[in-house]
Amino acid sequence: MISERDYYNALEIRHGKDNQKKFNGATVAICGLGGLGSNVAIALARAGIGKLILIDFDEVDITNIHRQQYKVSQIGMPKTQALKENLLEINPFIKIEAFQTKITEANVIDLVKAADVVCEAFDNPEAKALLVNTVLESLPEKYIVSGSGMAGFGSANLINTKKISKRFYLTGDGVSDVNDGIGLISSRVMVCAAHEAHMILRILMGECNP
Amino acid sequence: MVQINGESYNVSGKSLDAVLADLNFDAKKIAVEINEDIVPKANYPQVLLKDGDTVEVVSFVGGG
Repeated sequence: MISERDYYNALEIRHGKDNQKKFNGATVAICGLGGLGSNVAIALARAGIGKLILIDFDEVDITNIHRQQYKVSQIGMPKTQALKENLLEINPFIKIEAFQTKITEANVIDLVKAADVVCEAFDNPEAKALLVNTVLESLPEKYIVSGSGMAGFGSANLINTKKISKRFYLTGDGVSDVNDGIGLISSRVMVCAAHEAHMILRILMGECNP
Repeated sequence: MVQINGESYNVSGKSLDAVLADLNFDAKKIAVEINEDIVPKANYPQVLLKDGDTVEVVSFVGGG
């Protein structure tokens, strides 16, 4: 078994001691554990983020496997539990708090208030808007990183990260809507998830530009 | 003039919710910032746009 010290020494070699200290001390809330959220969680766990708050009401379904970080053996499990297991295999030292619940106006602040950065990773546009609006209105000291527009087989190069305002970052192409019947493709969703995860790391490092 | 998502509109003096409706935005799927400050949803009817305002309307689409 690898020790926690060895694990973090290896991360320090890659990321630098100062950055790693910031990552280890950070808490990130991931809201929605589908194609975006499950991939963001894995990137952040590999980077050695200290604590993740995982929030999703759903269970792993056979139609998730093509783009979400679950296994066939996990079909039927709550996504919170399945992802926690997978993350702890990658990083046994990460702290994880998991909530199997639907985010609503009534519970959102309590769920994300311990986080330094909130990652919006829902698939429903109304849920995306609710979370972003609530965090910006009620938790002005938090950063929020959101994803909008990653469906279909369009060019991966159209997906980018924009800084909308001081604490609000938006990733995606802004327009590719799954409700237009163009489907969700693992590789393109992962590009968007990587933009979210990368921006979160940059924020934690103190780099505020996309 | 008011800048909305990078384009100029002659809407100073109009309420935010009226302008959003004119431009066919779905209020349930957006976040609106004026001069980089979030506008609480409940304030859309009362907020009047002023000459020189920069408005950013972020529209969320499905998929994740």
